[in-house]
Amino acid sequence: MSVSQPDLSVNLGFLKLRNPVLAASGTFGYGLEFAPFVDLDKLGGIIVKGLYFYPRPGNPPPRLVESPSGLINSVGLQGIGVVAFAEKILPQLERIQASIIVNVCGEADEEYAAVIDYLNKHDRIAAFELNISCPNVMREGFCPALSSEATYSLVRLARRTSRRPLITKLSPNVTSIVEIAKAAEEAGSDAVSLVNTFLALAVDVETRRPRLTNVFGGLSGPAIKPLALRMVYQVAAAVKIPVIGIGGIVTGRDALEFLIVGARAVEVGTANLIDPDATARIIQEIEDYCQEKGLARVEDIVGTLKID
Amino acid sequence: MLKDARARIIHKESWKNYHLLSLETPQIAREAQPGQFLMVRVNDQPYPLLRRPFSIDAREGNTVEIFFIKAGVGTAILAKKEAGESLDILGPLGKGFVIEEQMKGKAAYLVGGGRGIAPFYFLAQELRGRSVQPTVFYGGRTFADLPLLPKFEAAGFSILASTDNGSLGFKGFVSSLLKEELERLRPAYIYACGPEPMMKTIAALAGAHDIPAQFSLESVMGCGIGACWGCVKRIKTGDKAEWVKICEDGPVFRGTEIVWEGAD
Repeated sequence: MSVSQPDLSVNLGFLKLRNPVLAASGTFGYGLEFAPFVDLDKLGGIIVKGLYFYPRPGNPPPRLVESPSGLINSVGLQGIGVVAFAEKILPQLERIQASIIVNVCGEADEEYAAVIDYLNKHDRIAAFELNISCPNVMREGFCPALSSEATYSLVRLARRTSRRPLITKLSPNVTSIVEIAKAAEEAGSDAVSLVNTFLALAVDVETRRPRLTNVFGGLSGPAIKPLALRMVYQVAAAVKIPVIGIGGIVTGRDALEFLIVGARAVEVGTANLIDPDATARIIQEIEDYCQEKGLARVEDIVGTLKID
Repeated sequence: MLKDARARIIHKESWKNYHLLSLETPQIAREAQPGQFLMVRVNDQPYPLLRRPFSIDAREGNTVEIFFIKAGVGTAILAKKEAGESLDILGPLGKGFVIEEQMKGKAAYLVGGGRGIAPFYFLAQELRGRSVQPTVFYGGRTFADLPLLPKFEAAGFSILASTDNGSLGFKGFVSSLLKEELERLRPAYIYACGPEPMMKTIAALAGAHDIPAQFSLESVMGCGIGACWGCVKRIKTGDKAEWVKICEDGPVFRGTEIVWEGAD
């Protein structure tokens, strides 16, 4: 293949993507919202909004507050549940060429298994991403991603239930994300994606109240990119399964940073909210970079960070 | 619904903290309906990160207008834009005002509080074009908070003003002015936009007089296209109430659907 048309596809082993750019869960709705703005066929994949088994009401507003180069949200995984998703949304995603990945949530391990069990029969779903780490819905300050043991047992159960590859989405709000990633790998996860949002707080000094009704929220956006990059680098060096990098990616060069430190694919999140065609632009910018540098395959750049 | 990364500002008017920008954006102008909004990117820097939502204030040929008050980081940057510069916008977004066929030949009251006047020039034009007689109620703290008054007057719209300090028109809230006028004449419809307590009072008035009413709600928004679920309001459907997205299912809702905040 000539360098004038670089090969952007990446192989995760369990799944081959057209290109390394996935739309991150929670920032891309159920995909269809973006059809007026971006050619969904061009994306590597779409990870739809987190699904619990039943519809979920979410948190009271205000749910969003901006911070410098960042966004703090406490949406609380409001969503339509698996039945409405399978009946109303999935048929509409049928013809889209991008891989469809479902982000799976649960109040308890059994609910994750129930979501997976319900959706197993739908061939359109390429993989499940286990959302073990949303900071907005923690029960008594706990979610599975905060402990290696809880991560291991949840991923084991999901592994036994799932007929699709599993990606485990990790929280950055831990002492050692490497330990959690290893637990997910050991339990049979096919890949890990990181990072979810950073637990955050914003205060209104006029009222001395938190700016979000839920008090805490999750920080995303360009502000977290260097933090995420460090974690992706460490995890990629410690596990054998593919790593998907997430955190503040806005440009093709941001995405390339994650690939260079060892991510095999990336998820674009908050940038979708600002620019609904951000994913397509980022893919184009990655292609432009490959042409400029004479790279025949984007995969050749994965894990090539040079440290003397 | 599309992105226009280069909507050119062809005209700007300013009154202290209030600003009106006319944007040349043919396709968005063609599709726009009263009550719909734009998401505007105020710069290409990561701060402020999000686009800002603005009601479409008017449509003239290939242009749409937005009217805003300098209130924070985003609007402060926007207020410095001049004619000739371009803005990156998404639009037209959301579901606008419903104009019902049976309103033909009848009166409608359009009640705007402060910057809440924004969607009503467009709506008044549309109503007049459909043979409905609009009367605009325009309330602000002082005379200086009613900068669009001459625009409505120049277009020949019937308009009633109120100010909290009595510096122009009725002295008091615009909802109190509306209350007095409702004793004289019962319009076929009420449309309102403004601070939540004002809209809540008007919803109660409309209910008491059994007049159908629609309200345009304001919210911080993440995306404006229904993807992030960041802007929600309690909306009743049947005997259930749920958090509904203002950007996608609104910003206009019927008075009877909205669950208003605060004590009655």
